[in-house]
Amino acid sequence: MIGLAPDAKPRLARGVRLHEDKARGGHVLLGPERVLQANGTAVEVLKLCDGERSFDMIVDELANRFATERARIASDAEAMLRDLAAKRIVEL
Amino acid sequence: MSIAPPLGLLAELTHRCPLACPYCSNPLDLERRSGELDTATWIRVFEEAAALGVLQLHLSGGEPAARADLVELTRGAARAGLYTNLITSGIGLDGARLEALAGAGLDHVQLSVQHVRAEEADLIAGFAGAHARKRGVARELVELGLPLTINAVIHRANIAAVDELVREAVDLGARRIEVAHSQYYGWALKNRAALLPSAAQVAETRATVERLSAELLGAIVIDYVAPDYFARFPKPCMNGWGRRSMNVTPSGRVLPCHAAETIPGLTFWSVRERPLAAIWRESPAFNAFRGSEWMREPCRSCPRKEIDFGGCRCQAFAITGDPRNADPACAYAPAHGSMDAAVAAAQASAGAFAYRRYTRSGERVPAAAAES
Ligand code: SF4
Ligand code: SF4
Repeated sequence: MIGLAPDAKPRLARGVRLHEDKARGGHVLLGPERVLQANGTAVEVLKLCDGERSFDMIVDELANRFATERARIASDAEAMLRDLAAKRIVEL
Repeated sequence: MSIAPPLGLLAELTHRCPLACPYCSNPLDLERRSGELDTATWIRVFEEAAALGVLQLHLSGGEPAARADLVELTRGAARAGLYTNLITSGIGLDGARLEALAGAGLDHVQLSVQHVRAEEADLIAGFAGAHARKRGVARELVELGLPLTINAVIHRANIAAVDELVREAVDLGARRIEVAHSQYYGWALKNRAALLPSAAQVAETRATVERLSAELLGAIVIDYVAPDYFARFPKPCMNGWGRRSMNVTPSGRVLPCHAAETIPGLTFWSVRERPLAAIWRESPAFNAFRGSEWMREPCRSCPRKEIDFGGCRCQAFAITGDPRNADPACAYAPAHGSMDAAVAAAQASAGAFAYRRYTRSGERVPAAAAES
């Protein structure tokens, strides 16, 4: 698999929203005819996917914030974003 | 019994509609404009829905654009934090109105199309020029950047055009298409003999959708809605009665599904009289078929009862006369044979449409208008 370009600027696809689900707790991704549960890590990554920050910047920010090994964060975030891109929830 | 909050709400803003689709699932007895909820009441319902836990709102009808306050309603829904989807025929939406809707926070649009060729499409819709206007609306939506789903209800008069319908949706810039076999409620049930395809046509459609899903991967997502009349097991109708969603009629009655009023003896509560949360938890209509206590055999002892919930109550009633029976779409249902019989009878019928228009039973319609 080709790595995600460090300068890719991921963002939520138009028509998709990250929403705080107050009634049930946690966050969900809302799109046409679907509701996807977003776990804690996914929410932290997606909140930074604003179409302005590059993938590199996103990973840096998370590595700083959680004091975790950068390579691990990069590979986790990439796997998640690729999966969501295939579902047309995220644009890379 | 603890009742989980609903995820979705379908708001039938009005039953008025310029089109007259014979496959329309609205009730035969359409509600009048004079009885419709006003703007403030709808917005209160949206706010109550969001507080109750609803995440997605579908603005539907009839044709929701027939409401002069559609932009205001959309803004109210977006402010309440709801993911807002507009289900429309496109008629009544010009460029300026679409732009206002996008500005008001609309998240997604689902646009219906009847056929790929104008003449046939307009004949199905019962409205001259509908097809050309829909194409125009689709282009404007895409230009505005609003995500678009094309909804194609499939029946005998367009089933041969499924391949072209999907390709046209790609051309129009839709990201998703619903290839949805007609469901037989309301006007569609009345038109069943003119609409039901043959088993061979259904098999071919399934193969076409499979082929196109692979070929057009990445270009468009195809959601296929299988036809009840050719099924082995029923659909998990509404994901279970009173489990996931609610439906509000133009006058404010709250239903577990849009066809629920066809079942006699159910008591529906109205948003005019009670808060939505109380209706969801306590209304007799919502509690009538929650859980599985109400079930009869073969559902009662069937291992699939938590998967499909015994199918559709409205269809069970329409075909067997008792909503507690298994949906006749199920191969285990004693009435299953009547589905095949309806398909066979339909193939022998000439296929004239009874268009969806206001009937004479409603009040406030002058006799002349009712007859036109
Ligand atoms: S199915 Fe056709 S007639 Fe019925 S509400 Fe939709 S556009 Fe109008
Ligand atoms: S018998 Fe009832 S529960 Fe079992 S598959 Fe048929 S409809 Fe579903």
